[in-house]
Amino acid sequence: MSSLAAAVEFDRVSKAFGDRVVLQDVSFAIAPGTAFGVLGRSGTGKSVTLKHIIGLIRPDAGRVLVHGEDITELRPRALARVRRRMGFLFQEAALFDSITVGENVAFPLRRHTRLGEAAIVARARQRLADVELSDAFDAMPADLSGGMRKRVGLARAMVLDPDILLVDEPSAGLDPITSREIDGLLIGLRRAGTTLVVVTHNIPSARAIADELAVLGDGRIVARGTAADLDANPDPLVQAFMRAGTGG
Amino acid sequence: MQGAAAERVGQAVLDALASAGAYFVFAGRALVELVRPPFEVREVLRQIYALGSRSIPLILAAGFAVGVVLSMHTRATLERFGAGALIPAGLAVALVRETGPLVTGLLVAGRAGAGIGAELGAMRVTEQIDALEAIAVDAFKYLAVTRILACMIALPLLTTLMDFAGMTGGFAAEAAATGIAWPLYFQRSFELIGFADFVSATVKTVVFGFIIGSVASYLGFHATRGTEGVGDASTRAVVASSILLILSDVLLVKLIFILFPQIGS
Ligand SMILES: Nc1ncnc2c1ncn2[C@@H]1O[C@H](COP(=O)(O)OP(=O)(O)O)[C@@H](O)[C@H]1O
Ligand SMILES: [Mg+2]
Repeated sequence: MSSLAAAVEFDRVSKAFGDRVVLQDVSFAIAPGTAFGVLGRSGTGKSVTLKHIIGLIRPDAGRVLVHGEDITELRPRALARVRRRMGFLFQEAALFDSITVGENVAFPLRRHTRLGEAAIVARARQRLADVELSDAFDAMPADLSGGMRKRVGLARAMVLDPDILLVDEPSAGLDPITSREIDGLLIGLRRAGTTLVVVTHNIPSARAIADELAVLGDGRIVARGTAADLDANPDPLVQAFMRAGTGG
Repeated sequence: MQGAAAERVGQAVLDALASAGAYFVFAGRALVELVRPPFEVREVLRQIYALGSRSIPLILAAGFAVGVVLSMHTRATLERFGAGALIPAGLAVALVRETGPLVTGLLVAGRAGAGIGAELGAMRVTEQIDALEAIAVDAFKYLAVTRILACMIALPLLTTLMDFAGMTGGFAAEAAATGIAWPLYFQRSFELIGFADFVSATVKTVVFGFIIGSVASYLGFHATRGTEGVGDASTRAVVASSILLILSDVLLVKLIFILFPQIGS
């Protein structure tokens, strides 16, 4: 595979929690430097799909490959090495609530770089500025709105300049203007070569960001292709999505 | 009817055994990670500080009160035999050998055990533990092992504080009864305490610290979704670590009698 390896590949992945089958034989591949949008109703396994990519959830069957390497078999240290090249924005942001916003963004730098204090703070401030939150550096996460927490989570996910950025509903809770700014930021990252996997309910933003879209339903990928492909797809679920406005 | 009840009891026993088994795996892994670098020194210090600042006022107040009460009981008994001069030493032995470690252990189980259970439980349900893992940080080492180690270091220190607070309480009670001076009281206190007492009390409290830290971390890490799960983890951390602590005390006392026969005699 090597140079042809997909940045992320699902090979017949299945996952159930108890009796609840969430993913059934799901396969897809995402080329490096492209943006992949994941659509689907609530509870269809979008977040579960993202968590498979970073090894937080292991599949019951099938393989998850990152840059050609099967991460389901990796030992903790090897998995940590793969994770250092990824960023993850959790659906609920998952900020560390015992430290400031600035320290949340600085945290990956402190753990994984040898940068000095001044450089760490400068970089964390820059990332917060990227998400329009320069003023929030000294705030505590609990004092921020949902949309602000989401943006801090994005700043933290981007701070190590990951090869692969996984974002779970980046525009949920954002006003339309900020939402478009975040879209612009993600588009900029993709142009710079970052592979993006974006879960979203916001169809205009999915059209703007993603090179390719997949619609999840009943544990499978119902449809997959460019926005134009999906517009032309007669499946009622796909049509319901593509005709919807901003979902939130 | 009876069959269903028996089945339910059987299931409850199986569940309890399964979670006990899972706890012992967790605790075993913690023992391995305690001695395996890299060590999260800063995080351990932060936890010791948090634990100390939360528990010290409680320990001092409780220790003083325990000292007063024990001293009054000892006086009632020893005075009848005309052995009033032994009161300070008797109290000190009771404190250092058993009361200090056990009361400190139970207080810390209540204070820090509940705190760790709730804190880690909240981090679990808000996906902060997953977020650490996603940032390529070993959450077990960073969150659980640091707290366990902090408990193991803090408990002997807090127990020493408790012992001194207890002796001060004993002195207050004695001074009120007999007007004994502080230097004499203190000198008499240490007459019966030997090196073996010091070693066994330290070993015991380090084990208590491990139990409190590991039980509370285990329950926090395994909290289920929702705020209810967080409260649950916190309550169960107190109950389970208190019970395990008392059970382990029985075993440890037995073991200490074997290792240091002079204490048992
Ligand atoms: N850790 C887990 N344990 C049990 N069930 C889970 C877990 N994570 C997700 N699920 C279940 O899997 C299904 C898909 O969840 P999710 O991927 O979060 O949906 P969404 O598409 O809205 O992101 C849901 O039914 C959810 O309850
Ligand atoms: Mg989701």
